[in-house]
Amino acid sequence: MEGDIANMGQFIGAGLAAIGTGAAAIGVGHVAGNFLAGALRNPSAAAGQTATLFIGIAFAEALGLFAFLVAILLLFAV
Amino acid sequence: MATESTNTETKSGGSRMIAFVLIGLAVLAFIAGYLDDYEGSLSIHPMDQFEVQPFFGAGEAELSIAPGGEGEAGLATYRGETLPVQLTAVELGALQDGETVSRSAEGAGFGTVGLFTITNVTFWMAMAVLAVILLMVVGTRGRAVVPSRSQSMAELAYSFVRQMVEDVAGKDALPYFPYIFTLFLYILFANFLGLIPGSFTTTSHIAVTAVMAFAVFFTVTIVGFVKNGAGFLSLFWVTSAPLAIRPVLAIIEFISYMVRPISHSLRLAGSMMAGHAVLKVFAGFVGALGLAGVAPIVGVVAIYALEFLVSGIQAYVFTILTCVYLKDALHPHH
Repeated sequence: MEGDIANMGQFIGAGLAAIGTGAAAIGVGHVAGNFLAGALRNPSAAAGQTATLFIGIAFAEALGLFAFLVAILLLFAV
Repeated sequence: MATESTNTETKSGGSRMIAFVLIGLAVLAFIAGYLDDYEGSLSIHPMDQFEVQPFFGAGEAELSIAPGGEGEAGLATYRGETLPVQLTAVELGALQDGETVSRSAEGAGFGTVGLFTITNVTFWMAMAVLAVILLMVVGTRGRAVVPSRSQSMAELAYSFVRQMVEDVAGKDALPYFPYIFTLFLYILFANFLGLIPGSFTTTSHIAVTAVMAFAVFFTVTIVGFVKNGAGFLSLFWVTSAPLAIRPVLAIIEFISYMVRPISHSLRLAGSMMAGHAVLKVFAGFVGALGLAGVAPIVGVVAIYALEFLVSGIQAYVFTILTCVYLKDALHPHH
């Protein structure tokens, strides 16, 4: 084991930031699951809403990617 | 009827087999590239695949260092260019004893990335543009009524994006369709070319995606003001909300408008970078586990298939968000 306490903090911080990506996974699953629930109730209207589905997934995913970016910045840019 | 259905089944089964074999070969080549420096541990770094390097690198060419320069420096010459090289004590002693000292061209400081250097990024960007030209210009050259395979692919992409622009942004957004279609094709091909083992994913760099996202941002803002004048500002004034909270909403809407180019570019670059880093992490497990590396190879195959999906979806998402922003600019009233 080498390195100083600042390095340790850097790695712990990166690990904590990575939790956010898991939270984004919950968000994406929520969007897709609700879409499926609605689509099964009214399949004829589902096809027209796939664009909305992807926009929703994209917005949920973007916030997880911000967390990923913070983790990467902590690991390599600090 | 029965024979026909079995026919199509075997046909699709056969092409599926071919697809699996192709993906397997691609993954094996991907891994083989990283097995070169196998040291029995995690010896590869998942992030060094995103390094920008000169494409025609000076590389390992041996240069002899001539005495000269100021202080403890020698002079290295490569292709007519001379650079001072900081010498180590051993090299300095050797030079003073009249022996020859040599360094690799890269070690002497040649081949660094300058403003106009052709790097792996620019090379693969050019490849993406070439691929688009190949599909859209060469592929549709025949202009047949019954399209060939390449022509029908080009037509499929064209009608897909055109339909998307019309559905999301409305009919009056169709003049901007060429721009959106260009963005879509470029991102799609850049993403897919990045999946070739040993290639470079240009869209994994925030500098590349930020240029596209800011171009969209400025285009949309200018279009909004040109089409609606000061009425474009009503985008921030949510008339459907109670009057009391409208100022607060205006601030929030303004912030979310300004953060658009950042999230727009970060989404594409982040997901491409994350996916490729995961691919390489798993490839590193193969090297670390030796014979048991078969298990991570299966993982790499699965992630490769997922990355293929993500490449298409991210190009789609980037384009559809451009359409959404354009719709806001053309019809700012809530």
